[in-house]
Amino acid sequence: MSDDDVLLQVDGVCKNFGEIRACDNVSFELWPGEVLGIVGESGSGKTTLLNCLAGRTEPDSGLISYTNRRGEASDIFAMFEPERRMLARTDWGFVHQNPRDGLRLDITAGGNIGERLMMVGARHYGNIRGEAETWMNRVELELGRIDSLPRTFSGGMQQRLQIARNLVSGPRLIFMDEPTGGLDVSVQARLLDLLRELVRELNVAVVIVTHDLAVARLLSDRLMVMRHGAVVESGLTDQVLDDPQHAYSQLLVSSILQV
Amino acid sequence: MYVAVKGGETAIENAHQLLAEERRGDPDVAEIELTQIDEQLGLAVDRVMTEGSLYDRRLAALAVKQARGDVIEAVFLLRAYRTTLPRFGASEPIDTARMEIRRRISATFKDLPGGQILGPTFDYTHRLIDFDLAEPSDDAPEAPLAETPVNDAMPRVNELLESEGLLERAAPPEDDPEPFDLTREPMSFPAGRDQHLQNLARGDEGFLLALGYSTQRGFGRNHPFAGEIRMGEVAVEFVPEELGFAVELGDITVSECQMVTQFTGSKEAPPQFTQGYGLAFGFCERKTMAMALVDRALRAEEFGEAVEYPAQDSEFVLYHSDNVEAQGFVSHLKLPHYVDFQAELTLVRRLRADYEQAHRQEAAE
Amino acid sequence: MSARKRKTRHDDGETGYNFAYLDEQTKRMIRRCILKAVAVPGYQVPFGSREMPLPYGWGTGGIQVTASIIGRNDMLKVIDQGSDDTTNAVSIRAFFAKTADVATTEETSKASVIQTRHRIPERKLRADQILVYQVPIPEPLRFLEPRETECRKVHAYSEYGVMQVKLYEDIARYGRITTAYAYPVRVDDRYIMDPSPIPKFDNPKMDNSPALQLFGAGREKRIYAIPPYTTVHSLDFEDHPFDVETWDEPCGLCGATDSFLDEIILDDQGGRMFACSDSNFCTARRADGHTGQFAEDPIEESRKGEPAHV
Ligand SMILES: Nc1ncnc2c1ncn2[C@@H]1O[C@H](COP(=O)(O)OP(=O)(O)OP(=O)(O)O)[C@@H](O)[C@H]1O
Ligand SMILES: [Mg+2]
Ligand SMILES: [Zn+2]
Repeated sequence: MSDDDVLLQVDGVCKNFGEIRACDNVSFELWPGEVLGIVGESGSGKTTLLNCLAGRTEPDSGLISYTNRRGEASDIFAMFEPERRMLARTDWGFVHQNPRDGLRLDITAGGNIGERLMMVGARHYGNIRGEAETWMNRVELELGRIDSLPRTFSGGMQQRLQIARNLVSGPRLIFMDEPTGGLDVSVQARLLDLLRELVRELNVAVVIVTHDLAVARLLSDRLMVMRHGAVVESGLTDQVLDDPQHAYSQLLVSSILQV
Repeated sequence: MYVAVKGGETAIENAHQLLAEERRGDPDVAEIELTQIDEQLGLAVDRVMTEGSLYDRRLAALAVKQARGDVIEAVFLLRAYRTTLPRFGASEPIDTARMEIRRRISATFKDLPGGQILGPTFDYTHRLIDFDLAEPSDDAPEAPLAETPVNDAMPRVNELLESEGLLERAAPPEDDPEPFDLTREPMSFPAGRDQHLQNLARGDEGFLLALGYSTQRGFGRNHPFAGEIRMGEVAVEFVPEELGFAVELGDITVSECQMVTQFTGSKEAPPQFTQGYGLAFGFCERKTMAMALVDRALRAEEFGEAVEYPAQDSEFVLYHSDNVEAQGFVSHLKLPHYVDFQAELTLVRRLRADYEQAHRQEAAE
Repeated sequence: MSARKRKTRHDDGETGYNFAYLDEQTKRMIRRCILKAVAVPGYQVPFGSREMPLPYGWGTGGIQVTASIIGRNDMLKVIDQGSDDTTNAVSIRAFFAKTADVATTEETSKASVIQTRHRIPERKLRADQILVYQVPIPEPLRFLEPRETECRKVHAYSEYGVMQVKLYEDIARYGRITTAYAYPVRVDDRYIMDPSPIPKFDNPKMDNSPALQLFGAGREKRIYAIPPYTTVHSLDFEDHPFDVETWDEPCGLCGATDSFLDEIILDDQGGRMFACSDSNFCTARRADGHTGQFAEDPIEESRKGEPAHV
């Protein structure tokens, strides 16, 4: 595919939980290499939307279409389940807010990074390990910890391991749910720097959910503001943050600036 | 020759003979008769019938005798016999509402139509060893007859609640499909309630008791009340194809427990009580109560409750409740495993050699 | 109990049970499952396993498979740990001798059906032989993923990476793959299969074998198969290829250097010897004149005069 093809086409996605409208008619497009931030207060439907996009929760209605490496666009929920599961571990990545949800805790760091490679048929131990070492380096984890279990890692280290584990397969699209959520401010800053570098370098598209506008400003090219499941405003990040149009966005921006 | 347990054939033969000798015990002591087991150890017979899934008192008594009182072994004997029986067909569902009641209690209402009938229960006995029983006695104990016979109309407590809409209706699923049969088909998941109930009915009483107990202690809490427990005789009916109408085959004794549990309601459903169900052959009250608790716990998903604890985990409960399966797999550890052990031994020696070599190298460096 | 004996039997045995214990309906059901298993090599076919008069875990799956395929003209061999003489082998052989009245043998070459627990005979099997394995846990993913529902998806979609991760972990921690028995294999380049707890030494014998191999798991209610001449690949890494155990010594009795050896402890001074686990293979070699260092058979000597223990 060329860079002119849209990577992810989202059209009228709705998802209800009983009476709750968690996603209300959400539509947008994501282009290759683009970083889209989703902000909004707690309960506004960010995680739900992300889960829909990543094929983890089926929307009640609407279309989510992904364009693969061959330039073929297809509805991710109309495809055969193994196909979607294959995409999820090759073309896509998912970085959970809590790294424990995204790591195998009883498998060494090296095994965690190597898993995706083995999933797609890598069968040379030395090469797999080499890749794992490369990625340990890239996310600034000490090489000496390659055979340690993730539960012996700090929160920040676990998060970096989770990122490495996702990036190793050379994905084209990463979903992140508050990747710096539970971390200490200084650790957060370093992780954000790292993410920014990697994203630029690998030219991977990212949908990142956060309620932290600073994170959004640092990482994302474009921003979507959600409220009660609906997108109330979207545009270039600087534009939205510096000149919010919607009353709710204004409130959100001003409430942060006051702090 | 070079086998762990040598002399196979003769040794096995001799072991069988020794077993037979020990089973009989001292020949100067009278041999126990099946009628004695049936009459005087009746609850053991009930349990063996329930978990053995075969209603035949005499055969169950024989199994108890042959198993030297080992209930699980007796269940195993009965099950193995049961599989060889040809299947003529399925009886009509028994109707416990038409039970000839010998015991019927409810913990949810003080008084109710038909009254509380205690029946032959241990419940209020003081658990004092009765030394009078140590010697046989000539006068048989006799209980006084009630002044009024048991009420014919014995409404179910649950039906009283159901009619008010306070309790979910216990109705068969739509179009009432043939229930799953674990004795013919392998387990399949997600399992329906029919599969759950059949598995629990056959399941080990001790296992279910512990699981049920765990739900009361917070490992899957669901606020149970013993809505109604009843025990007595019900008719078994069968519709022969050539006749086209039901004929009565006879009576069996069953125990039944309907547990009522709280449910706070959801978006889709108003708050309502829900049910857990237990049924067993004979007088196996404890089993039916445990079963009802676990049945309800297994319905967690149906009510949108988080599945977090062992008793709520369908695969966990269903795969581990059967004592014939469990005792077989545990006891198979007695079989020789020396080939596997040899393979491990060779491996551990190699790993140790690797380790020593690595350490020697380190020391040398 | 005589009054309760089945009246439907149509065999000439004395047991009161049908030929080979199971009724014909059940055998047909099992044979249908076997056919399906053969058609989809390595795939675990669920079957309505029956309760047998032997405990689960003691070979009820193998027994049901054998019972469903055995005929009056078959010659049955039963081994446990490679030996015809272990108690469970004796007990199962006696079961079939009693319920099916078939001829039994200890000679691998003469058998048409061989039921085994934990070994594959050393002698190469032929196309007119069937090997029936007793399987305790048929699911190769069980210890990585306890949930049956998820395991079935992993098989259906061939998402076997997690299996490789386990091997990766072995090498990362110990420098080598540490699975010594029940070593997972990939059958016909499709399904990953548990070969039952045979030592990995036996794995290569499954590959491209002329004999039909059937696997029965009674408690877990699964049947699977390797049809004749099917590729069976033991999982490994290109740079850590699969290998089998080797011993520094030959068999102490027959001098064989290419068989799986059991270690026999001779005394409490550390004295030990190694001898073939496949007792029939060893006996046959000795009959052919091969001898090992302990050929005079110290164990048999020392046991002479001892009463058979019970
Ligand atoms: N599985 C579920 N069942 C019922 N309601 C749900 C479920 N998941 C989410 N919801 C509801 O949907 C709404 C949106 O939730 P969501 O988790 O998407 O919010 P969020 O924007 O990610 O919030 P936060 O910033 O706190 O993570 C909330 O009202 C939530 O309670
Ligand atoms: Mg969220
Ligand atoms: Zn030998």
